[in-house]
Amino acid sequence: MSETLIQCRALSKTYTRGPEKIEVLQQLDLDIPKGDFVALMGPSGSGKTTLLNLIGGLDNPSSGEIRIGDKRIDQLSSKALAAWRAEHVGFVFQFYNLMPVLTAARNVELPLLLTALSAGDRKRRVEVALKLVGLADRAGHKPNELSGGQEQRVAIARAIVADPTLLVCDEPTGDLDRKTADEILSLLQTLNTELGKTIVMVTHDPKAAEYAKRTLHLDKGQLVDEPGA
Amino acid sequence: MLNQIFAVTALNLRSLGGRLGSSLVIVIGIAGVVGVLTALLAMSKGFESTLGNTGRDDRAIVLRGGSSAELNSGLSSDNVQAIKDTRGESGTLTSSAEMIVITEFASKARGGSFNVTLRAVEQTGFDIRPEFRIVDGRKFEPGLQEVIVGKDALASFEGVSIGSNMRFRGGDWEVVGVFETGDSHDSELWADLATAQTAFGRTGTSSVLVQLESADGFDAFASALKEDPRVNVDVKRERDYYSGQSGQFKRLIGILAGVVGVIMGLGALFAALNTMYAAVSTRTTEIATLRAIGFGSMAVVVSVVAEAVALALLGGVIGAAVSWLLFNGYTASTLGQGFTQVAFEFQVTPDLMLLGLIMALILGFLGGLLPAIRAARLPVTVALRGA
Amino acid sequence: MKYFRLVLSQLFAKKTRTILTMLSLLMAFLLFGLLQAVNVAFNRGTSIEGASRIVTQARVSFTSALPLRLLPQIEAVDGIEAVMYQQWFGAYYQEPNRQMVAFAVDPRRLRQVITEWELPSEQWDAFANTRTGMIVGKTLADQYDWKVGDKVPLSSNIWPQSDGNMSWALDVVGIFDSSDPATQPQLAYLNFDYFDEERQFGKGGAGIYVSRLGDPKDAERVSKEIDQMFQNSTDETKSQSEQEFNLNFVRQLGDINLIVSSILGAVFFTILLLTGNTMAQSVRERIPQLAVLKTLGFTDGTVQMLVLAESFVLIGIGALLGMAVATVLGMGMVGFLGGSGSVVNLQVWAYALVSVIVLSLLVGLPPAWRARRLKIVDALAGR
Repeated sequence: MSETLIQCRALSKTYTRGPEKIEVLQQLDLDIPKGDFVALMGPSGSGKTTLLNLIGGLDNPSSGEIRIGDKRIDQLSSKALAAWRAEHVGFVFQFYNLMPVLTAARNVELPLLLTALSAGDRKRRVEVALKLVGLADRAGHKPNELSGGQEQRVAIARAIVADPTLLVCDEPTGDLDRKTADEILSLLQTLNTELGKTIVMVTHDPKAAEYAKRTLHLDKGQLVDEPGA
Repeated sequence: MLNQIFAVTALNLRSLGGRLGSSLVIVIGIAGVVGVLTALLAMSKGFESTLGNTGRDDRAIVLRGGSSAELNSGLSSDNVQAIKDTRGESGTLTSSAEMIVITEFASKARGGSFNVTLRAVEQTGFDIRPEFRIVDGRKFEPGLQEVIVGKDALASFEGVSIGSNMRFRGGDWEVVGVFETGDSHDSELWADLATAQTAFGRTGTSSVLVQLESADGFDAFASALKEDPRVNVDVKRERDYYSGQSGQFKRLIGILAGVVGVIMGLGALFAALNTMYAAVSTRTTEIATLRAIGFGSMAVVVSVVAEAVALALLGGVIGAAVSWLLFNGYTASTLGQGFTQVAFEFQVTPDLMLLGLIMALILGFLGGLLPAIRAARLPVTVALRGA
Repeated sequence: MKYFRLVLSQLFAKKTRTILTMLSLLMAFLLFGLLQAVNVAFNRGTSIEGASRIVTQARVSFTSALPLRLLPQIEAVDGIEAVMYQQWFGAYYQEPNRQMVAFAVDPRRLRQVITEWELPSEQWDAFANTRTGMIVGKTLADQYDWKVGDKVPLSSNIWPQSDGNMSWALDVVGIFDSSDPATQPQLAYLNFDYFDEERQFGKGGAGIYVSRLGDPKDAERVSKEIDQMFQNSTDETKSQSEQEFNLNFVRQLGDINLIVSSILGAVFFTILLLTGNTMAQSVRERIPQLAVLKTLGFTDGTVQMLVLAESFVLIGIGALLGMAVATVLGMGMVGFLGGSGSVVNLQVWAYALVSVIVLSLLVGLPPAWRARRLKIVDALAGR
């Protein structure tokens, strides 16, 4: 086994809804090695998205540790987390979340605005990323001129343009038909195998999970061996 | 058709609560325009009515020919005598020869010195002005360097209260009373003619005010003076003379109100369009659904316009009301024709408020029409899909 | 600067709304520019310090003429280089409502005191040597198409000639311009000697005195000295700087400042509400997008700045357009209010800049704060 990229120890997340306390994650331990492609599955409310958000540095845990690479991210301030995300994580969402007023190229460029790259360097990297997802000819189109699959490709290009180690995907094919979904999943697989990106993907679709190297099942905030077991 | 309109309008108005923020933009935008415009016109109206109230039809004012204002006029004592000798149908007429001198006083409210009319009158000046009354102190004594002050002048200027001394040409004049005439003379100081002539080194006067036998006697009096070879004078009815003075100010305020009204009106129109476009776009599906059910596009247009007009009228009412509350009766002063300050009160009259409401109505109508047409033209299928 | 395009494209996400809001802002700042220009013109510098000319009038009012006999005494005051006197003529041309500014003066004294009038030397001489001579400012001459050599009947609404005639036949002997481009000479001068001999009454009255100082620092002392000289006489005087004298003139029209502030207060309150609503609405609609920006690594502070920048650009563009229109329109008002170029000058632009900053902060801070506080997880989940 290669080195561990993601290490979660005794991870808990509790939400307070009025008087009620909901424990979404309970004392969770998890190790994901570098270069892995993990599918996270589980019923609604099992805590998969919460876990994904914690790994992606979008949220802080109530207790426990998260170490990504050699960095503890569970105690970082929101500002430090933002800088960390910009450098290390790419996000892919179910509803693509592109900026409707920007062209595909400008959307992809967004994460690069946070770097010190020159305008020319940014442009080159955007071209590379779009080419990688097969949309070099759609650079000047706005999201509403693209199909769902194309939008998701742009989103993936945006996720990898800053060359992060980790890709975090939340139901990336949830809004797509089977054929398009397969294309997107193959693309993710390629990014994993060819570019060595570590991918953590939440999905409720067993067919999607098949593209991953392994599948983890989550239920009531804890990892379980088999679904429904 | 009417049923449809009512149904759609009622539906729109019910959803108004949810769009309170942007609806307020129309109301306040239009309230602003109407308020400012009403206040400006109330200023012009107040000035006009102060001067319009000054003078009567049965009195005539005589000035030197070609002088057009008392300030420029000068009549020698011979001329004055000739004017005073002019008889009416049944004998001599009462008249008051009057001299005006411009003096300067510091304003209580604003910095700098302001021109104030000092009017020197004969005792007959009181007799032919029944509107004159002393409200405090007493009249000046003929032969003494005493002054009485109009109530508006008292309110506006420093050093004019009873007991104060004024210095004119090296001599002291004491303020002994406060008077009221209910017109533009309230902004003046009055003194005795003969005393003032001595102090200011003059022998003539500025004008002669003549009490006619009746308002109809004016023409006969005017032509008698015109035919008199000894004098070259202009004769005007006293009321016409003063009314004529508000013209310039009225024009100036008219220009200001026009410029401000057009610019603010356009600004408010854009705001109204903005709100109504937003209102229509958030209800695209709702409107399309209605049309799919079978409501006509006219009903949609009317309902959107009705909403805009209702909001605009609300704004108009608020603007007019605020303007009335703040400015009705507010006292200001400006330079009159005599190059001296004339105090006046803003008059927010019903016709001005009505004018404001009409403007609100027009702005609301225009602001609602374009968005309404867009809403009505949108193909039903597109609108439904756009949800 | 690299965020500028992002800000712009966000701003124009809803074109109709943004453009209409900008048009409203344009109108507000157009009015702001024009009214502030009037205000600035009416409140121009009033300090007597540094005044190079002093006006001495009768203490009662400038409309009462001071007698000619004061001249030697004033002239003797230390620090005065030259003295002139001018009597208001009450001039109009043909129709009583075509009034104009005209003074009866001593030509030689005029030339010594009002040094900015530019007139060829031979025309100055012609003015001094022609009893019925008159010199006319270029702007006025252009208006009536008067040329040197023309005979112009100028009427007075105050001064009849000894035969009772109100019309004075004058000869245009010179046309002067100003060396100061800010002043457009729109007045005329006639010969005092001729005027004084011919007028029916008031002979010996000089009007007001204007003194030119060698050193502007003397202004206060010289003014006091003149006024003390005539204290308690029948010809008490009041001396002040030429600027102050002119200012008092316009101030009497009314409390311009109050009217302007009231109108602008109403305008800005309205525009604040309108723009505030637009910005709030636009940020509300974009909550998920802002959350995505944060996901990508934009910090809370950057997102806040982006929203503030949007408010600033929105108001800035509207203000820029409005002020530009005001400046162009202001060129047409120069003749009326004085000044050069446009009455909407740098000072007015500076006021506008301050207003833009204040307005942008008032409008932008609440939604910017909301954007800053936004929690990614909640916003993405649609909470």
